[in-house]
Formats: sequence, C-alpha cells, structure tokens
Amino acid sequence: MQKIILLLFSVVFLALACNQPSKVENSTAKATTPTPSKVKILEGLPPIYNDFEDLVFIFQQKNDTTYVINFWSTWCAPCVKELPYFEELNQKYANKKVKVILVSLDFPKQLETKLKPFLAKNNLQSEVLVLTDPDANSWVDKVNPTWSGAIPATVVYKGDKNEFYEKSFETLAELEEIVTPFL
Amino acid sequence: MKKIITFFIFLIAAIGLFVAATNNNTNDGLVVGDVAPNFSLKNIDGKTVSLDSYKDAKGYVVIFTCNTCPYAVMYEQRIIELHDKYAAKGYPVIAINPNDPEVKPGDSFEKMQQRAAAKEFPFAYLFDDGQEVYPAYGATRTPHIYLLDANKTVQYIGALDNNPQDASAVTTKYVEEAIAALEAGEKPSTTYTKAIGCGIKVKRS
Repeated sequence: MQKIILLLFSVVFLALACNQPSKVENSTAKATTPTPSKVKILEGLPPIYNDFEDLVFIFQQKNDTTYVINFWSTWCAPCVKELPYFEELNQKYANKKVKVILVSLDFPKQLETKLKPFLAKNNLQSEVLVLTDPDANSWVDKVNPTWSGAIPATVVYKGDKNEFYEKSFETLAELEEIVTPFL
Repeated sequence: MKKIITFFIFLIAAIGLFVAATNNNTNDGLVVGDVAPNFSLKNIDGKTVSLDSYKDAKGYVVIFTCNTCPYAVMYEQRIIELHDKYAAKGYPVIAINPNDPEVKPGDSFEKMQQRAAAKEFPFAYLFDDGQEVYPAYGATRTPHIYLLDANKTVQYIGALDNNPQDASAVTTKYVEEAIAALEAGEKPSTTYTKAIGCGIKVKRS
C-alpha cells in the first residue's frame, strides 16, 4: 500500500515537474485564476487533465524530440482502428527520438467503464493522457486553428516545426510519411 | 516611399490570400449573413416540412442531428428543452438527420421514428433523404446548429452550448444568447463556434 502511495506521489510530482516550463510562461496570467487540481490520478487510468491549459505543455517542448500527439477516444471507431499504427511508430522510432502521446478525449463518465477496460485489454506502450476539458471552443483553436474539433486528429512537432492532420491513418507507412520529414 | 507602397501592396495581397485560405477551410456552406435555402423534407409523421411550414416564426433553430452520435445523444434532452422554451416564442427547433442509413443503420427513417416516439420529440425530426440539404447548409457535424432570423438570414452557426457532456456545468448557452439578441433586435455577439460532434455519414460512392 505504501508503495502505491509513493508511486502516486512520484507520478504527481513528475507531472508537475513536466508542467514547469509552461507555468513559468503563464505565471502572470495565471496568478489571478488559480486552478484547483491540475492532474487527477485514478488507479488503472492515465493522468486526467480537466483544463487544457494544464496540458498545453505537451505541445510546447523545446528539444530535439519529435512529438506525435494523437487525439482519440474509445467511442471513436476510426481512432481505435489507427491506434496500432501509432503504437508501431512509437516502437519503431523510439531510438530516433520520436515520442507518441495518445490524448484520450473519453468522457468523464466513461473513464471507469470504457477507457479503463480498453487500456487493460490493449496494453498500450505509448504514453496515454486523458483530457476532459469540456469547453472545446476554448482550446481546439490552440491545438490548431484549422481543427474542427473532430477526432481522430494528430499533431506532429519538433521545436518550432509543426504539422496538423485532421484525418485517420490507414497504414503505418502513411503515418511514417508525415513523421520522417521531422527526423 | 516606393518601398513602403510595395510593402503595403504585398501586405494587402498576403491578407487577401489568408482570407481566401480561411474561407476555403470552412467549406462551401452558409456563413453568417447568408439567406438559408429552404428545404422540403419528410418528417417522422410522414408529412412534408419546410421552413415555410412555420408561418409565424420569428426565427428557426435548424439542428442537424441524429440518433446514433454520442454527442447528439448527450444533447437530445437539451434540444427538447430548447424547443419547449422557445417554440412558443416563435423560434421552433427543426431537427434534420443528415446521415446515410446505409452507412449508419441506426439513423434510418424507421429508427428516427422510434427514437422520436421513445423520447416524445416535440419538434419536427426530418430525414435528409438524398443528402442534399446538409451540404447546402455546409453542416459537417451532428449536432450542428444554424440559427436563422425571421428573414431566414443565418445569425449563428455552431454548438448549442459550451459543455456537451454535462448540461449542469454549462457556462455559455450560445444558441439561447443568440436568440435573446434577436429578441432584443440586436445581432448575436457570438456568431460562430465549432460544433463538436460526429462527422456526418456520407453515402458511399
């Protein structure tokens, strides 16, 4: 039990630590609007973000890693269909500084009933996060102004180079095609 | 001086290109200020309904929605309440199912009838048979809302409110605010939001 608590603490600490860069940038703007809990940790589920602003740091990393960020959910059939290609990509390009992040948009009420069993069954190796910020009109444009908000949708970026795809990928090769120009 | 003029010409050209690009992105449907085309579609009761069926309307809440999309389901009760609240004031909800039932069997005309009966829809629930109406409007999602004024001019396009998942946590009711503006003889302050929902299921070619 103590081990679990310790693990939870370190996860929270890590999440907060990762959050630092964007926090520094926004410190003046954020000072007036304190957000209560940034990350929610539930057993058997990835970290849950209820405010896009707390998750925005995953789009702002300034290093030489190529980030492939895919928005999906268990209720989105084309999303589930393309997940294996993202998993393959993550594995195949791990030594080439490619990092896949799967951002689940599953609804809060379905996290226990849908997302948890899905993750248990599929054993995803890529990093999974949950975004439950319901006010899509406040954050969809921040991911990309051309995004309609529909999923699947994928962002690929490295440093300042950024591409956005509102589409589903039918093969691993198709996905590799958009990622390799970043390497 | 010449340099400055050249610079401004470039700037204007760049802005022009940007605007053109933005317009292309938002597909070829209606924009706020356009007059919405009329339609004539079969209602779940078998009767044909068009915008002209509503003689005393001060506005029209045209909602492209369906049976099967989780977002449409989450908004179902709120759409019923919207109609109950505003139809008597002259702003009826007119729901249109744009999905092709061959792609989405749960959105067939019979299933529409069953759903409407089960939930006692107080509004017209029309079937976009042949899928000609939704492209004319430029709808891409279910639910996707077009608020028209008495002259059938589009005044608002987008989502019903800012929280699909939880009606009790909504902080901005876009459509109700837009109707209130029309009632006050003003233009809505928010005229466009992104309608979050499912893609419309297009007939396979």
